[in-house]
Amino acid sequence: MTLSRRSLLTTTAAGASLPLFGRRARAQAATIKIGVLNDQSGPYRDTGGTSSVAAVQMAVDEFASKGFKVEVISADHQNKPDLGTQIASQWYDRDGVDVIMDVPTSSVGLAVAGVAKAKNKLHLNIGSATAELTNGACAPSVIHYIYDTYMLAKSTGGATVKSGGDSWFFITADYAFGKQLQADTSAMVLASGGKVAGSVAYPFPGTTDFSSFLLQAQASGAKVLGLANAGGDTVNSVKQAKEFGITIRIATMLMFITDVHALGLDVAQGLTLTESFYWDMNDKTRAFTKRFLPRSPNNYPNMIHAGNYSAALHFLKAVTDMGLPAAKASGAAIADRMKAMPVVDDAFQGSIRKDGRGMFPAYLFQVKKPSESKGKWDYYNQLQTTSAEDAYKPLSASTCSYIKA
Amino acid sequence: MFGFSRPQLIAFLVMVVLVAGAPFVLYPVFLMKVLCFALFACAFNLLIGYVGLLSFGHAAYFGMGGYVAGYAAKAWGFTPELAIIAGTLAGGALGAAFGWLAIRRQGIYFAMITLALGQMAYFFCLQAPFTGGEDGIQQIPRGNLFGMISLKSDLAMYAVVAVVFLFGFLLVHRIVHSPFGQILKAIRENEPRATSLGYRTDSYKLVAFIISCALAGLAGGTKSLVFGIATLTDVHNAMSGEVVLMTLLGGLGTIFGPVMGALISTAMENYLAQAGAWVTVIQGVIFVTCVLAFRKGVIGVLAERLKIQL
Repeated sequence: MTLSRRSLLTTTAAGASLPLFGRRARAQAATIKIGVLNDQSGPYRDTGGTSSVAAVQMAVDEFASKGFKVEVISADHQNKPDLGTQIASQWYDRDGVDVIMDVPTSSVGLAVAGVAKAKNKLHLNIGSATAELTNGACAPSVIHYIYDTYMLAKSTGGATVKSGGDSWFFITADYAFGKQLQADTSAMVLASGGKVAGSVAYPFPGTTDFSSFLLQAQASGAKVLGLANAGGDTVNSVKQAKEFGITIRIATMLMFITDVHALGLDVAQGLTLTESFYWDMNDKTRAFTKRFLPRSPNNYPNMIHAGNYSAALHFLKAVTDMGLPAAKASGAAIADRMKAMPVVDDAFQGSIRKDGRGMFPAYLFQVKKPSESKGKWDYYNQLQTTSAEDAYKPLSASTCSYIKA
Repeated sequence: MFGFSRPQLIAFLVMVVLVAGAPFVLYPVFLMKVLCFALFACAFNLLIGYVGLLSFGHAAYFGMGGYVAGYAAKAWGFTPELAIIAGTLAGGALGAAFGWLAIRRQGIYFAMITLALGQMAYFFCLQAPFTGGEDGIQQIPRGNLFGMISLKSDLAMYAVVAVVFLFGFLLVHRIVHSPFGQILKAIRENEPRATSLGYRTDSYKLVAFIISCALAGLAGGTKSLVFGIATLTDVHNAMSGEVVLMTLLGGLGTIFGPVMGALISTAMENYLAQAGAWVTVIQGVIFVTCVLAFRKGVIGVLAERLKIQL
């Protein structure tokens, strides 16, 4: 085949001019678009992942829509901050997304919060742990919903020190979340009279072999091994600790029921952990779980799944309350409305503080022995409850700038 | 002008028109990404296409440019043009150090040395405090051009990126068609012969290497300002591989090839994102097909069909 130069030029020119006449499709004004951005293929795929998308979709389906349509889209950020930034900008700017939800992996969460802040768009963070989201990196249009590193340190860390675990060694995921969790837990340990014997940071994501870190922890002589990591990394470290016969007490600073399920009760029994939701807590949570399971057959809901449901529902209530045009106009305005309304649904009851901190009680659980577990996913004994006011950093100590103005 | 042949001039003008018109049709941030990668690929092509040096660690200069530009803009409050220049200089300086070592060997050994040095740069970026490790440098301000023009809007930023890209593109083209470029090509064809003609080939190779690295730093610095973030992704050796693929896909040793390759590769990544885990499989199939069917790359095959140089 030979192309003549002239015909090629005319075709190219025609082709180039063509798109100028077609206008690209814009999101319709009467639609609210929710974007769920999370890890769907890496270490956090089970703690959030497609089950979070299902939870948001469930909230949308249960919400009796009042005059507007709701659309849910999702994407995988692969735990890369740059990819998260790109998707977030594109969703807000081009695809007409009104709110980005979930966003686990604190480094990505902080990046997306930055985009939301710059564009005055709403970001409901459920999956990230770092307390920075409501401190140094806080923004009027960002809400951090169900947990943070401060609350984990206070609940799990405080209880561990109280029961005699007063010298710690940390194995830390080397990024925003792990560092923040280690810092908050260390502060808690030191404040209660304990000490930190040492720490080691490993590259995230991509580390699967924790043996050398575990042996280092064993050799340090500390009484408690604090795991400042999450998801698949926590599962791997606990499993390997068991295989290597590591005898020191392990404090899993962030663990979800989905991780306990992955480990199995044989390995996980006796671990203490903090979540702000447990499916078998009361009639409401059980009712929620019953509705949720057909949508996510492999995962019972953990606090992130339940948090996504609750946040989406609360968001839609706020939008209905203030009207669609006002909600579309400003992310900070919707956030303010959400802060003004109490959160009431089957999964969570509480409120949102003015710095964007969701205020819900933190529950300390101990994983049951295999003999105690009566049924599927019957995993937790509740040890103690920390009220929201005690669990989270008080406003007076907050480094968030806009609440002081 | 600039040593363009007539078809090249026409193609160049078409490209300028497309670059100028595209942001009104397509999403400007996507286009800026394409232009940054296109510049990066052009820089890489200068080495492999015209000097015959295959560098497997080019992400180091690209990423370092990004980090330095980002850090300068964020921590030192540099204006964007100064930040980008700082990134360019960082790329060039790193290139001078690495190149000085690497050009002492040829062929596969050269590639291996650049790969090893690239990995060293990666670990440096992972550990150095100013890069922010896995978090990267986030929320880099775009700032005001010359301290006056705000680049907050995507179109304003796009104009800057377009100018930077066209500058880099013309520079590469000018270098290739200069007497200096002729010597580079002579080295590519037959280095001992170039030596026997009295040229100090090592010096020529080093200068070409430094220019290529500085341009990679320019591309990286611009990219970090566009997205407001500089991360390990840009220094990782996967990025070095990606730029090789872009150049191969578009056409090695053609002036427009790298631009086309960057466009194809970035568009694939962008528009196939919905396919989830299948993206990499689809990309793999497309690359294998391209390498089998168009050995000279898209632009290379096109130029051959039209019997012109592009």
